[in-house]
Amino acid sequence: MRSKRNQILAVPYVVWMAVFVVVPLLLIVVYAFTTKDGSFTLANFSTMNQYLGVFGNSFFLALVATAICILLGYPLAYFLARSGHRMKGVAMMLIMLPMWMNFLLRTYSWMSLLEDTGLINRLLQSIRFFDLWNGIFGTNIEFFHMINTPGAVVLGMVYNFLPFMVLPIFSVIEKIDSRVIEAAQDLGANSRRVFQKVVFPLSLPGVLSGITMVFIPSVSTFVITKLLGGGMTMMLGDLIEMQFLGAAYNPHLGSAISLVMMIVVLICMAVMNRFGEGEEEAMLL
Amino acid sequence: MKKNGLFSRLFMGLVFLFLYAPIFVLIVFSFNATKSRTVWGGFSLDWYAKLFQNTQIMGALYTTLLVSVIAAAIATIAGTAAAIGFYSMKRRPRTLCLSVNNIPMTNADIVTGVSLMLLFVFAGRFLPFKQGFATLLIAHITFDIPYVILSVLPKLRQLDANIYEAAQDLGATGFLAFRKVVLPEIMPGVLNGMLIAFTMSIDDFVISYFTAGSQTSTLAMVIYSMTRRKISPEINALSTLMFLVVLALLLVINIRQANQDKAAKKKADKLAAPGSAALLDTQK
Amino acid sequence: MILSVATALALMAGCTGGGVGGDTASAGEVNVYNWGEYIDESIFADFTAQTGIKVNYNVYPDNESLYSTLKGGGAEYDVIIPSDYMISRMIEEDMLEKLDFNNIPNFSDIDPSLKDPDYDPTNEYSVPYMWGTVGIIYNTAKIDKPVTGWSSLFDSDYKGQILMFDNSRDGIGIALKYLGYSYNTTDEAQIQEAVDLLIEQQSYLQGYVMDQIFDKLEGGEAAIGPYYAGDFITMHESNPDLAWCLPEEGSNIFVDAMCIPKGAANKTNAEAFINFMCTTDAGLANCKAIGYSTPLLSVKDALPDEVKNDPVAYPSAEALARCESFTNLPENILALYDSEWLRLKTQ
Repeated sequence: MRSKRNQILAVPYVVWMAVFVVVPLLLIVVYAFTTKDGSFTLANFSTMNQYLGVFGNSFFLALVATAICILLGYPLAYFLARSGHRMKGVAMMLIMLPMWMNFLLRTYSWMSLLEDTGLINRLLQSIRFFDLWNGIFGTNIEFFHMINTPGAVVLGMVYNFLPFMVLPIFSVIEKIDSRVIEAAQDLGANSRRVFQKVVFPLSLPGVLSGITMVFIPSVSTFVITKLLGGGMTMMLGDLIEMQFLGAAYNPHLGSAISLVMMIVVLICMAVMNRFGEGEEEAMLL
Repeated sequence: MKKNGLFSRLFMGLVFLFLYAPIFVLIVFSFNATKSRTVWGGFSLDWYAKLFQNTQIMGALYTTLLVSVIAAAIATIAGTAAAIGFYSMKRRPRTLCLSVNNIPMTNADIVTGVSLMLLFVFAGRFLPFKQGFATLLIAHITFDIPYVILSVLPKLRQLDANIYEAAQDLGATGFLAFRKVVLPEIMPGVLNGMLIAFTMSIDDFVISYFTAGSQTSTLAMVIYSMTRRKISPEINALSTLMFLVVLALLLVINIRQANQDKAAKKKADKLAAPGSAALLDTQK
Repeated sequence: MILSVATALALMAGCTGGGVGGDTASAGEVNVYNWGEYIDESIFADFTAQTGIKVNYNVYPDNESLYSTLKGGGAEYDVIIPSDYMISRMIEEDMLEKLDFNNIPNFSDIDPSLKDPDYDPTNEYSVPYMWGTVGIIYNTAKIDKPVTGWSSLFDSDYKGQILMFDNSRDGIGIALKYLGYSYNTTDEAQIQEAVDLLIEQQSYLQGYVMDQIFDKLEGGEAAIGPYYAGDFITMHESNPDLAWCLPEEGSNIFVDAMCIPKGAANKTNAEAFINFMCTTDAGLANCKAIGYSTPLLSVKDALPDEVKNDPVAYPSAEALARCESFTNLPENILALYDSEWLRLKTQ
């Protein structure tokens, strides 16, 4: 199978990648360093300090969302991996299933839930929750204000990208050889120590790939902010979209922002993976 | 490992509630008699009836399914071929190819979309084409293939190199040997890759948004343009139907798999029973 | 290698050669790109019945997005409906085709006062579709103080209840008017002052919206926000608590006109469509559906009296005198608008 002749099978795709992956990225680079009339410029980068706030905001919110995804996703994946065979299949199915419903629609549905006059507030009003709340805290509120806040945007990101955290962690934990755990138990480790010393280190690669799969779409989202942020929380995705198809046409600036975002994300990921590899080695030793 | 306790059950329940609350809302309001998103106005099937008369939504659904099926099919074939090619390469070119292959997966969707849009606009200056279904399809193929490759490669690595050679030694031509020996072995990976590719295509909005041009719309794009005012409950109705179809499919697959597993286990038990019992005895 | 290039080329060719899905350029089509919620879509069937030309219809949220889409080069439209100031920008940047008015005989029905407008002085590029004003729409059940001017949008008592325009020209424009400046000021300090005001406003805003305002005001999720007169008439039908105010400081009067973008594939069809839109029947249907004010004399005549005399759609001369239209701004000010708008949105 591993014959030289078979290498030729890769050629069409290598060409495809060159044309539809590499060339487009080169175009981004070209656009980022040129002006409207095609002459070289660094202005697209030198004006970028204006957008430091957006960069900071995006990375912060994406980090928060990723952290929450780990906090929710890790235990979920862990409990699922410990479930019976039957349950596992069903649970995995239940995690995949929402992805088949358009994410815009699910996010929009959150809007109906979170609004001041939305379903959650209506439900709480109907059970007289706010009377109780006001009685205890001495406040005078009729609803919780949730929509159009950075919190709602984070919720949207966690909601949409949680499966991408659960799946890799689950598949890694599931593959852990049960004999390794038994060995640790036989050697006298209690379940907490087994988790600390065996399960958790072995599951780290899953966590790392989960982080990548949650962080990158979070940092670059532009739809969730529009629906759940009321146009008041701007993220890098919004900024880029605005320069290409939105309200402030400037593909050169948009390309420059994309390029910087790409590089910053790549650096983050490289650092994280280096860190992760270090962990793995330490664990093997 | 220990079975799950009360806490873990509760935790799982809450997370699933979180995942399904908006879907539940969506389904419930697809049966609403009024247009409201939050006020229940009585039960009705009007939106389902209207859905099938809405040419915009049905057309977009058709485009979405068509592009997803074609892209997944092409990506599966091309991706499997490419995976075999990569597998046969020497280490250094393979690492390079795999890193490029990873780009569409690790890059933000918006960057992939925008960069492809720049390419299509750029190429449009020299070639007589406009953005439309074709560019949409190219974009989908481009982001689908990496998933197929990543799904097939591990199966190739698990493959016993000897069986392919054995088949050839027995007189099978390269392709026949591949079809009869290799393909069945890597098939789970291929199918899995195809499923992921199809899911990715169906679910995609961002890349389509930048590459479909002005006259082609996928379902996600129609929904996006609706969010600018208000999503029509017809979309809820459509999503409910799609949800039920997928749910039914997954259930069937799940039950079949469970049955197969059971049968396989029974078979294995039967086969292994006499010997293993004896083995166990001796061990004791 | 040849294979994959060939596949790619074949795919691209499929696009021009009437491939799968939404193909273009074949005879008998017209690609229309309009504002959202801005037409009675049922008239397309009449147009097709009369001419045999199929209508492909798409919508955009605001003038600036329309501009980006056309500039981006990926779009192909035959009829677009930008507003006045955007038309003059597009004329300046050579983005529009000259119309053949021989194919648009119904142009004669256009109100003469709207012919040869400032944005298209020789009237070679555009045919007015609708006109209207911008004002404040508010829910009388929730807003207890009288609403007379823009100050109501800057009233922190209504924290969390106020909506604002999600496009730079309308948004910054309101702040400029509130401060007593012109919409078309080129004084950078005035524009910055306006944006500073908007930044302050942001702390008690519910959100920036365009057409979502229908849903939010009709459903009572928000209490007050600025939008177009015609849309108020539509919203009022589903929520009678809503009221309209044309601000005393003055407001924006706009004309949206039909144009053909440069290089349109179906120019003759586009002119036929524009002509059709100027018929009395189509004009009446559109007025009824969207509530905007018509530039067509025959349509205005045929409208019921209560619509004709509705001061929201057809304000008095004295009210109109307070209004100012947008004009195209010099390039450096347009760039300032973009960067200032980003400054606001990235607070």
